[in-house]
Amino acid sequence: MIRWSMAPILALVLSSGVTTAEQNIVYGKSRVVCASRQMGVPVEAEFKQFTAHIDFDPAQPATGKIQIEIGTGSFEFDPEIDDEVRGRLWLDANDFPQARFVSSEVRKNGAGYEASGTLSIKGVSGQVVMPFTYRPADGGGVFEGAFTISRLHYNIGEGKWKDTDTVADDVQIKFRLVSNGMSAQKKK
Amino acid sequence: MDSQTVSYTRTAVTLHWLIFALIACGFALGHYMVGLPLSPMKLRYISWHKWLGVTIFMLAIVRIVWRATHRVPAPPAAMPAWQKAAAGASHIMLYILIVAIPLSGWLYSSAAGVQTVYFGVIPLPDILSKDKPLSGFLKEVHGILNNGLAILVAIHVVAALKHYFIDRDSVLKRMLPFLQPREPR
Repeated sequence: MIRWSMAPILALVLSSGVTTAEQNIVYGKSRVVCASRQMGVPVEAEFKQFTAHIDFDPAQPATGKIQIEIGTGSFEFDPEIDDEVRGRLWLDANDFPQARFVSSEVRKNGAGYEASGTLSIKGVSGQVVMPFTYRPADGGGVFEGAFTISRLHYNIGEGKWKDTDTVADDVQIKFRLVSNGMSAQKKK
Repeated sequence: MDSQTVSYTRTAVTLHWLIFALIACGFALGHYMVGLPLSPMKLRYISWHKWLGVTIFMLAIVRIVWRATHRVPAPPAAMPAWQKAAAGASHIMLYILIVAIPLSGWLYSSAAGVQTVYFGVIPLPDILSKDKPLSGFLKEVHGILNNGLAILVAIHVVAALKHYFIDRDSVLKRMLPFLQPREPR
């Protein structure tokens, strides 16, 4: 009851009455990071190129849709490592330039939210649940979340790199997406 | 002269040779691994090299504490003053380098964005944030200090052999207790 009565007010504040519209992502302030462990050492690399289509209203999370595309060739850590990770045995950025997450369901989860959906990397799909938080800021909001994948499921690190004693199987994908409001042209 | 000042203690002799052996391994491994193409083995070698460095650093600290708290044998009275001064200076530089080289390697790794985790279990402080130009500079420093150490070790060895074969004094035997003394000429 309370939720339904609050929704129009929140929607008014957040998006001038438009309840379903795409968040306008400020890429300069947003980051997509992947973190793993190499010989027990936590290492973090960044994907410099990504696009996020977020149709999200915190008052009505269930109507939300999230789609994130990551340019696999934009992996950045150190020149020697980058060539290898963008290469055939890892992300194979030539043949599979995009990794993609498409949500099938967005819902409230405790203090935050979660989006479940399909992650496709290197021609392999997997179901993931992506918990995230949203906090309004500067007319828009900040989406932050993280989820862990098994790199071997997506054939990331083939052949000699399958050994998980050197590079762990668990890879955490972390994102921080900053929106400055709703895109005018995307209003429905 | 009493025996205390004639020879180094067993602790000092053990530390000397242990640190030498570990540095020789770390030096050889470091030179070998940097030329390898990227592979899981190379990543292992890099980790082992770092663990060796951390071990050497800790042993070097123990050794310096020992040195500061113990009397060491005096150089032979017959040694010319310039040789005594040169020996003293090169020993101080060797002590500095066995601490500075692991330190430079640790800082280089930190600036390169890779924390050092001893044996993959104990994380060392990661005091520098990722900084490409700084990591390049520290890599250079690590290499230069190592070349300096290699030169100093060569001088150290030549000097020790000179003491044994030419001066025929007890200097080398103090670090090699099983060595047969040479008959004075």
